[in-house]
Amino acid sequence: MSFDIDVEGRRGDFELVVAFQAGAGLTALFGPSGAGKTSVLDMIAGVLKPTRGRIAVDGHVLFDSTAGINLKPEQRRVGYIFQDARLFPHISVRDNLLYGYKRLPDAVRYAVPDHIIALLGIGALLERRPGSLSGGEQQRVAIGRAILVSPRLLLMDEPLASLDDSRKQEIMPYIERLRDDVKIPILYVTHARAEVERLAAVVIGIEKGRVSKAGDAA
Amino acid sequence: MFDLSPAEWEAVRLSLKVGLWSTLLSLPPGFFLAYVLARLQFPFKSLLSGLVYLPLVLPPVVTGFALLLLFGTRGPIGHFLQNFGIVFAFRWTGAALAAAVMGLPLMVRAMRLSIEAVDRRLELAARTLGAGWWRAFFTITLPLSLPGVIAGAVLSFAKSFGEFGATITFVSNIPGETQTLPIAIYSFLQSPGGEDAAIRLAILSVAVSMIAIVGSEWLERRIVSRVRLA
Repeated sequence: MSFDIDVEGRRGDFELVVAFQAGAGLTALFGPSGAGKTSVLDMIAGVLKPTRGRIAVDGHVLFDSTAGINLKPEQRRVGYIFQDARLFPHISVRDNLLYGYKRLPDAVRYAVPDHIIALLGIGALLERRPGSLSGGEQQRVAIGRAILVSPRLLLMDEPLASLDDSRKQEIMPYIERLRDDVKIPILYVTHARAEVERLAAVVIGIEKGRVSKAGDAA
Repeated sequence: MFDLSPAEWEAVRLSLKVGLWSTLLSLPPGFFLAYVLARLQFPFKSLLSGLVYLPLVLPPVVTGFALLLLFGTRGPIGHFLQNFGIVFAFRWTGAALAAAVMGLPLMVRAMRLSIEAVDRRLELAARTLGAGWWRAFFTITLPLSLPGVIAGAVLSFAKSFGEFGATITFVSNIPGETQTLPIAIYSFLQSPGGEDAAIRLAILSVAVSMIAIVGSEWLERRIVSRVRLA
């Protein structure tokens, strides 16, 4: 279980050249805002196309500019948790959670809804609409929705940044439990040192679109 | 007062038929145009948008005249379609076509605004959850833009139901075939002693328009509350 990234890309004037590898467990992508962290996640998810490079997860090539491979987002099996939860407002929490799970072939399913719902403590919310949930609850549902597509890699883009301190403390244990429960690599973008220290085993530092350091979190 | 003569009923029935058909038939191209204008960037986009909105500002008689030149029996499109048995000139189908063209800008405008209001990041989220473009469209984009789709359809129907200028120019004033409600009102006003009939039909057209607007607001509110709230 590992992933391997070596990409170049640009967004407007901003130029990004990033290469690193990471294994199972939680890897923090750490750096100031505007460093290009979210662009890296977007490239892995298939939302932003690199100008050159290669992205492979667990031996599966998602993007390879020399081989002409560029899988669509829906073909990548990469879970993406956004800073804002981005729950679908017109369907219930249950339907949000099962949106990706429903259409997944049995053969690739490893995440079990009942287990994930219990793990994230969202069993009481299932019939509600996303609009009636607190920010912390919404983010827990978003985490459940992404993990229920049984991804090979989980991307988390500052999932705590839009929450106040007490909410952060509320979500943190769930992310720890998830990290220890699922065997897939998690790439966690943040600019908060406290989150890195608490959650990450490995840190990749990013500054101005370049990898500034890579190593153990401690 | 409200005993409508057979001729008056005929006009009401015809207007309803024209309104329904023109709305139904303009829904697919209307939504397609709205989506293209809301979401895609391409050369000459403002030209396309101008063409769609043109009937809104053009004198209706000019729109009707253009339809006559294009879709009349000797017009290039009308002549071609005649080979397939499709005739617009001086038929109720022509009235429906004129109504559709006149209603299209209102329909496209309402739909375009509601499609633009759908957060594209929700569609991207759906894609990362394994949904292809079509599934994301049918499960996210379409339901979230539904209030605008309904508003657009109702506006188009109300416009079609009462369209006058382009219709009378294109398909003339033939009782039972192209004499829709507003054209019948006009005809009654032109003939001595026709005021009573004209008033009856005028009240009826106010009633139909009110029902359409109130009904669509009710429907919209129901959908909006389903879409946005708990």
